[in-house]
Amino acid sequence: MTPEEEAQFKKARRGRNIALALVLAAFVALFYAITIVKVGSGG
Amino acid sequence: MTATAQTQTLPAEWRDFFALTKPRVMSLVVFTGLCGLLAAPGHIHPVIAFTAVLCIAVGAGGAAALNMWWEADIDAKMKRTAQRPLPQGRMRPNDARDFGVAISVASVLVMGLVVNWLAGLILAASILYYAVIYTIWLKPRTPQNIVIGGGAGAFPPLIGWVAVTGHITLMPVLLFVIIFMWTPPHFWALALFVKSDYAKAGIPMLPVVAGEGATRRQILIYSVILFAVSLAPWWIGGTGAIYGMAALVLSGLFVILALPVAFRSRQEEDKMKPEKRLFGFSVLYLFALFAALVADRLILGQGIAS
Repeated sequence: MTPEEEAQFKKARRGRNIALALVLAAFVALFYAITIVKVGSGG
Repeated sequence: MTATAQTQTLPAEWRDFFALTKPRVMSLVVFTGLCGLLAAPGHIHPVIAFTAVLCIAVGAGGAAALNMWWEADIDAKMKRTAQRPLPQGRMRPNDARDFGVAISVASVLVMGLVVNWLAGLILAASILYYAVIYTIWLKPRTPQNIVIGGGAGAFPPLIGWVAVTGHITLMPVLLFVIIFMWTPPHFWALALFVKSDYAKAGIPMLPVVAGEGATRRQILIYSVILFAVSLAPWWIGGTGAIYGMAALVLSGLFVILALPVAFRSRQEEDKMKPEKRLFGFSVLYLFALFAALVADRLILGQGIAS
């Protein structure tokens, strides 16, 4: 792997990690909201 | 699997995974799913409603990813689809398959646990229908593949409706049938004026297999069926006059625009104006019809009858 390839590799991996982190954070927020709604309605 | 895929060293970017979910198709899925949800009698909490629409969208994305995984070799042969991540070798085929399975399963489980299990079950059925029955089994085998594929696109309003009510009645089934009947004339109008390379890829599209004349006749047949089916929700008392009038006008226009398409044939240097007009209108038609359905429900508050 050349240095350019390695830089590209790291960039792609970093982008994927950030995207995955954002998706996970969004799911945490969503499930928190769902829990509040479900508990609040007695369901 | 291609050689480029095997020797690939770069990991796929997140954009490649996003592209697997066919985001543009997803926007229509979200719209019709949301309309089914809003038109259904009853009420669910906005957070639950949001979750239901999200699950419909993610499930559709999972089915799309599985479709692209299976059709990578076909996509590579067609100009429109050759730029997709798999034909380009930007992603390992197994990664696409696993991604598709993972988000499909997740969407069904979340739908079942958070919304209701009937909605989750129908979502699972719609994903299997598109990924297995349509993509793997029937699309490469029959020129009626568009009719069958339309079934996959017809699920979202049904799922949205069941997310609210928890049971199936005639009304959501009619919404399903409307999109089912709408898809063939919509797609075949496009197929008449767009030079596609399905033939090269070995997919038996109707204009190629049965000829233009048969395609034009079938466009009219489906348009007339669509006219009757789109009025059915009003006849059975499931909607009020707002939807009824909108369906009458919109579906009437659809048939009127389909008539010249059905009774003409291609000339030298043909601009294909009637076909382009019908296709353009068909997109507007679906949005307007479902918007009218929701408006009817919100303004007149009907839809309880069935």
